[in-house]
Amino acid sequence: MNDQSPTRDERIEKLKGLGASRRRVEDVRFTQGKGNYVDDIKMPGMLFGDFVRSPYAHARVVSVNKAAALALPGVVAVLTAEDLAPLGLHWMPTLAGDKQMVLADGKVLFQGQEVAFVVAKDRYTAADAVELIEVEYEDLPVVTDPFKALEPDAPVLREDLAGKTEGAHGHRRHHNHIFTWEMGDEAGTETALSEAEVVAEETVYYHRTHPCPLETCGCVASMDKVNGKLTVWGTFQAPHAVRTVASLISGIAEHNIRIISPDIGGGFGNKVGVYPGYICSIVASIVTGVPVKWVEDRMENLMSTAFARDYWMKGRISATKDGRITALDCHVTADHGAFDACADPTKFPAGFFNICTGSYDIPVAHLTVDGVYTNKAPGGVAYRCSFRVTEAAYFIERMIEVLAIKLGMDAADLRAKNFIRKDQFPYHSALGWEYDSGDYHTAWAKALEAVGYKSLRAEQAARVEAFKRGETRKLIGIGLCHFTEIVGAGPVKNCDILGLGMFDSCEIRIHPTGSAIARLGTISQGQGHATTFAQILASEIGLPADDITIEEGDTDTAPYGLGTYGSRSTPVAGAATAMAGRKIRAKAQMIAAYLLEVHDDDVEWDVDRFTVKGAPERFKTMKEIAFAAYHNAIPGLEPGLEAVSYYDPPNMTYPFGAYICVMEIDVDTGVWEIRQFYALDDCGTRINPMIIEGQVHGGVTEGLAIAMGQELAYDEIGNVKTGTLMDFFIPTAWETPHYITDFTETPSPHHPIGAKGVGESPNVGSVPAFSNAVQDAFRAFGHVHAHMPHDHWRIWTIAEGLGLHA
Amino acid sequence: MIPGHFEYHRPTDVASALGILATHGDEARALAGGHSLIPMMKLRMAAVGHLVDLQAIPELRGIEVGPGRIRIGAMVTQADIIAHAGLTAAAPILAETALMIADPQVRNMGTIGGNVANGDPGNDMPALMQCLDASFELRGPEGARTVKARAFYESAYVTARSDDELLTAVSFAPTGGGYAYEKQKRKVGDYATAAAAVILTRAGATCASASIAMTNLADTPVWAEAAGAALVGTPVDAAAIKAAVAAMRAAISPTGDNRGPVAFKHHVAGAVLGHAIARAWSRA
Repeated sequence: MNDQSPTRDERIEKLKGLGASRRRVEDVRFTQGKGNYVDDIKMPGMLFGDFVRSPYAHARVVSVNKAAALALPGVVAVLTAEDLAPLGLHWMPTLAGDKQMVLADGKVLFQGQEVAFVVAKDRYTAADAVELIEVEYEDLPVVTDPFKALEPDAPVLREDLAGKTEGAHGHRRHHNHIFTWEMGDEAGTETALSEAEVVAEETVYYHRTHPCPLETCGCVASMDKVNGKLTVWGTFQAPHAVRTVASLISGIAEHNIRIISPDIGGGFGNKVGVYPGYICSIVASIVTGVPVKWVEDRMENLMSTAFARDYWMKGRISATKDGRITALDCHVTADHGAFDACADPTKFPAGFFNICTGSYDIPVAHLTVDGVYTNKAPGGVAYRCSFRVTEAAYFIERMIEVLAIKLGMDAADLRAKNFIRKDQFPYHSALGWEYDSGDYHTAWAKALEAVGYKSLRAEQAARVEAFKRGETRKLIGIGLCHFTEIVGAGPVKNCDILGLGMFDSCEIRIHPTGSAIARLGTISQGQGHATTFAQILASEIGLPADDITIEEGDTDTAPYGLGTYGSRSTPVAGAATAMAGRKIRAKAQMIAAYLLEVHDDDVEWDVDRFTVKGAPERFKTMKEIAFAAYHNAIPGLEPGLEAVSYYDPPNMTYPFGAYICVMEIDVDTGVWEIRQFYALDDCGTRINPMIIEGQVHGGVTEGLAIAMGQELAYDEIGNVKTGTLMDFFIPTAWETPHYITDFTETPSPHHPIGAKGVGESPNVGSVPAFSNAVQDAFRAFGHVHAHMPHDHWRIWTIAEGLGLHA
Repeated sequence: MIPGHFEYHRPTDVASALGILATHGDEARALAGGHSLIPMMKLRMAAVGHLVDLQAIPELRGIEVGPGRIRIGAMVTQADIIAHAGLTAAAPILAETALMIADPQVRNMGTIGGNVANGDPGNDMPALMQCLDASFELRGPEGARTVKARAFYESAYVTARSDDELLTAVSFAPTGGGYAYEKQKRKVGDYATAAAAVILTRAGATCASASIAMTNLADTPVWAEAAGAALVGTPVDAAAIKAAVAAMRAAISPTGDNRGPVAFKHHVAGAVLGHAIARAWSRA
């Protein structure tokens, strides 16, 4: 007779599976400074690379004189486009179907562009050699404004595309035009707008910013000339895709390339793309036969690697007089910089921007996006959001506020009036998405109740009166946001990157003693995958999470996957993990039945064991089953206990949330203070509430930065004005307020465990909440809209424009 | 962010430091806390052949609080200033200002001498020194001399100190009455968008004396003599503050940058000074 203790609840608790606030296993090494990042990798004989970068935003490169640099002791090589051209590597394909210069080929197109690559015996010599390289430039006219770039007589930026009227995404109507992407019903939208009782119009700019991860980008490339194998350790958010791309570009067979993403210090989309530093390091290692390290500094990261946003969104929204929305139109002018290097699925040149109808039941909508070249750095990545979703969320949440002003309605009421109702899911949006599940009204009511919305509005109105009487110089803003994300790219039928379907994978091996290793196609950059994926698996296979190793990032050992960005790890790889776990359990069931001498159908799963139906005292634990898998000769069954799953999601997932920000604003100085920030997230099934809370704190802090000051600003001749952390706003603990987190739980109906993903929701949802708070503070004085970022002087400018300083 | 080649010197007394500076002339730079110079070297915006580190010179350390005079050695850190109870009792505005400089890590390294000698208009201590009517002790090959803080700053990074001189100490009289250092910045670690140092005394219901200086609103710190004078003899009411602000605005000449355009800075300077005067008066 088996022992019946511990109890079922005790056994569940021991697993630390779904729903447990399990401590992050990664933090032991991270908090002790024992992580292993790219720059920690040291190899015998390793050389160091450094770039000569363009000080100009647009110039012809007349000559590059390497002589003095090559004469410096310790300098091994200096590469220019001329050296790379015979290999066909002076240009490289981008993820968006464009191509990008690896090293300046005749001209430079943005400040900070890579011109020459120095390889030297140490980092100092490399930097000295950079100074010795003489580059002669000839100025060309600079365009940093996407609207001016489309004027007929605008300078031609991409001479390599001269005469090409077809691009990767269709017709190009101007020499600086990249694509036009259109969705929805133009005629129906125009009809609805023209017949509407009320139409609100606004141009909403989401300024250019940058993911700015704590660790910058870098790699160590090592070509082993004996066995012909190239190994590259790098800051890659998608190591398997990098391997395939590297093989296609270099001609090296894919089995001879090994890509390893070691610990990564944050990515936020910045580390999805391929950068010239990687190509140059690989070429340099092939040429020299020794490993070559390249790690960029902070200024290089901000000035040359992938930026985010830079969307000019011109919107029209119509409604009945009582606030029922009837149509939405949006035209985006998208500044992509010098090369189209967005990291979007191939069929979505503007990402999933067509989620811009948001949380609302809008009967008809129309969207066009024009991509434009300018003399700015390339990029357009999803900075802690799914592809262009944060732009979409900001757009619709601003348009709702603008419409509320036009209608004279409370913005919370206007939202509630137009939410997609719970009974409408799965909901088909006017711009083509099928929302999986949601319960917006419940979340919204909970949020308004939690912050005491009605009394906040009363206090705000009283403050306005006090201000008018001259008793205070501070106003109160109440920033509302109800966002719907679209994450988990994605179904292979419509989502691919460079032809690679956006499935993901998990491979599990159960060891004889009842512990396990699981490998995934994703790669954590701080999200805590080693913690949470073990929890998913613990609940699926009944082994404690503490006994499960999670490994990612080495293409020689991990199954193929598309990596980690767009909150896709849990929706896609998390699903693969659950499905692989279920395969393990299916085989375990047969083993258990054999050991218990009953038919397969006569045993049932119970937390961590199979029991005989109707006789729970007869059972075999997973630990016992694991040993049996390697010990017993079971008729009809192969030895061992392993499984692999490649998961192609049937749909995206649609997390949502309700965020509210209460802000005090000093009218004279523009100084703001966050009095309250409430974040309710519904990410479906919650795997680890503590990690969710941490993700929300981090994402809201990034949103705070973006909304309140963070920008990549350029002057009119293309100089980056915010190229250091003195000017590029990263909040410290001092500027970061307390956050209140809350949740509702509406599982995804199509995901194996109902999880939707959460990492990016707080960035998507908080930016509109912060911005709406600023704008709402001035609503009583006739203010409608002002562009972000809302730093002190721009807030002051709103007040100045309203005559509040008189 | 990789500096070029430099020689490192670590003298143990002022005379040796001056000797090294004299030997290498333009090639040499004195290093105090390093929070301005080292980033400039890493950006290769400053090429320094010989770096003369002053950390190991005991005679540049020490805070002396006398009955009529306070003397602070050049290598005293902002953290030392904040921690010194006697100094805070005699001139509390020192600690209040030091606490608004960057963050604890920077304050552990950053020195008062480096802060005032560098001539960076963004630094906070120069305006405070002008507000206090402090004197700077300089030593060079020709010997020692003293320069008033109010006469020290010529333009951005250009001061009365010669390249072959070291600023060895600052000194000023203890303060009585009210004080305030008010600073608006974008975040911890930032230079001031605008900052105001105010010291004033009270006689009955009116202001008996007042000194006002402003940070980062011109290419030097600005001692706004007329602004202080506008408060004297008044009850420091709204009208007096308005007059002081107007006088201050006439003395500053801010430039536009990422912190905002000129009009904004003029406005904020007024708001910041208004807050500072009100706080100082409440303490008088």
